[in-house]
Amino acid sequence: MCGIAGLIHRGKSSNVGSELQGMLQALKHRGEDSTGYALYGDTDGKNFIMRFKVGENVGEGSSSVMEDVSVYDERKKIVDQTLAEIGAKIIKEERTLPYSLRYELEYDAKDLLNFSQTIEAIPGVEILSMGKSLEVIKDLGNAKAVCDRYSLDKLVGTHAIGHARMATESGVDIKSAHPFWGYPFSDVSVVHNGQLTNYWNNRRVLENKGMRFMSECDSELIAVYIAEKMRDGATLEEGMKASLTGLDGVFTYFVATKDSLGMAKDTMAAKPLVLYESDDLVAMGSEEIAIRSVLPQEIDTYDPFDGEVKVWQI
Amino acid sequence: MANLKTVSKKSKAQSMGMHTEVLTGRTQQKFFNPDEAENFYYFGTYDVDFNKRTELDVKDMTAPEANKEIDNLMSQGYGTIVIKNPQGKHSLGVGILNKLNLIFEGSLGYFGMGSCDGPIVRINGRVGWSCAENLMAGKVVIEKNAGSCFGAAIRGGDLICKGSVGARTGIDMKGGTIIIGGDAGAFTGFMMQRGRIIILGDVGINLGDSMYDGTIFVGGEIGSYGSDAVDSELTSSDQDWLKRKLKVAEIGENFDVSKMKKIVAGKKLWNYDNLEPTEKKGAI
Repeated sequence: MCGIAGLIHRGKSSNVGSELQGMLQALKHRGEDSTGYALYGDTDGKNFIMRFKVGENVGEGSSSVMEDVSVYDERKKIVDQTLAEIGAKIIKEERTLPYSLRYELEYDAKDLLNFSQTIEAIPGVEILSMGKSLEVIKDLGNAKAVCDRYSLDKLVGTHAIGHARMATESGVDIKSAHPFWGYPFSDVSVVHNGQLTNYWNNRRVLENKGMRFMSECDSELIAVYIAEKMRDGATLEEGMKASLTGLDGVFTYFVATKDSLGMAKDTMAAKPLVLYESDDLVAMGSEEIAIRSVLPQEIDTYDPFDGEVKVWQI
Repeated sequence: MANLKTVSKKSKAQSMGMHTEVLTGRTQQKFFNPDEAENFYYFGTYDVDFNKRTELDVKDMTAPEANKEIDNLMSQGYGTIVIKNPQGKHSLGVGILNKLNLIFEGSLGYFGMGSCDGPIVRINGRVGWSCAENLMAGKVVIEKNAGSCFGAAIRGGDLICKGSVGARTGIDMKGGTIIIGGDAGAFTGFMMQRGRIIILGDVGINLGDSMYDGTIFVGGEIGSYGSDAVDSELTSSDQDWLKRKLKVAEIGENFDVSKMKKIVAGKKLWNYDNLEPTEKKGAI
């Protein structure tokens, strides 16, 4: 089933980590195999923030293969060495969990493609997000468990999207969890509720065009599909509109960039979405109960129609 | 229960509740003897007094707790119940088989007022997916917008949304009337079998797709027609009925019904030469 939620504050910052945790926890009945957050925090915009993993969570319910924890340290060492070789300086380093790391990098790069390919060439390493504002945090468990594990409730920013996952078509692991980074674009992330039925056809085409897939989760296709459109010069909104015909199946998805948040709904309108929109806040989720967690007072909400695409700026 | 060893095959099936021909909704008067209406009641329903009014704050209740408390209040004879702080909770007000005046001060989540037979309900907010699914009789009024599958499979009663509704409104409906003050999404009236849908605004693609029967009236633009949905002539009796219904629904009283489009089933998809068994009985 899965549940998605997102919000964007316009003209101000707020405690988006805590707000999104409340929204996703309200949707936990839609799936709690894994939960993911894409948070756009307040930063000075000078350095890149790279969230990456050097292994999988192999805890209860995980479909990943158990590894010796010592291999994580080995991989981290190689990442550090590779970063130094390509001229990326580590300003700050956080290792919340043995397999999950956050680096603040001083790195002068116009194109993140080569950077990402170099880092991900290290076996077992995956970049979860790369950007000057975006941080993707995803792990097994429900919204509160993940929020507590990574201390996300204090993160202040302008907007955020998140996903509560019931695994149906791929494994219970971090690599299949949402949000997906819009590789190789800085600060682009995607969450999706639904099923894409032309995943393999699109994947073959996109891989031939040089795009990268990290999982076998159909939802990853959306991030790659839109990233490829943007690489060819389309705007975010144009890429999203193209997806309405380019992607087959049922879907409601959100895309966020460093200064915008968008939603798209398939032409069958088969997946739910409830939307609240005001001058200073847009909040949306698979169910109204998610919006109520941040706006308990009586408000006007609505369901976007079939084939609708909307984009809001901060 | 009858002794199943001794009864005939036909009555055995009926004793076990396996017969499907007799429809039991109170609005199915075609199959129901009006003389017996006064004697008809469901097990576990109550004799309530509409003048006896109370309020129920469900803010800290789960949906089952809230529904149980509504039932408890009805058992005490309360005929008018005001629900405070529903806050988008799912499945509120389901399975009320009673005369009751129910008012929600706020919005409902999914499956609100499902499988009801008889209550008069006003929701001063929005409703999520599948509101009033399988409604058999009564009236449900939504003051704001509604989600998809609004009035799915209803068999009777009036279901009114003063705002706009999502996709697949009236899917599989078998009777009753759905009235929309605003716009409606894609696949409105999908596979409907009986009943009427009135939409004052625009409607999305595939209107009335694969409908078996029933009628859809549209005041605005139509995105596209679904398979086997065709235009039909809007008669003067249709217009009179529309005016009466809109007046009762408290929306579009000044709406020019003469310009509405009437959509029915083309009946090309299935074999309509053979009457359903229940229709045969009526014809005989």
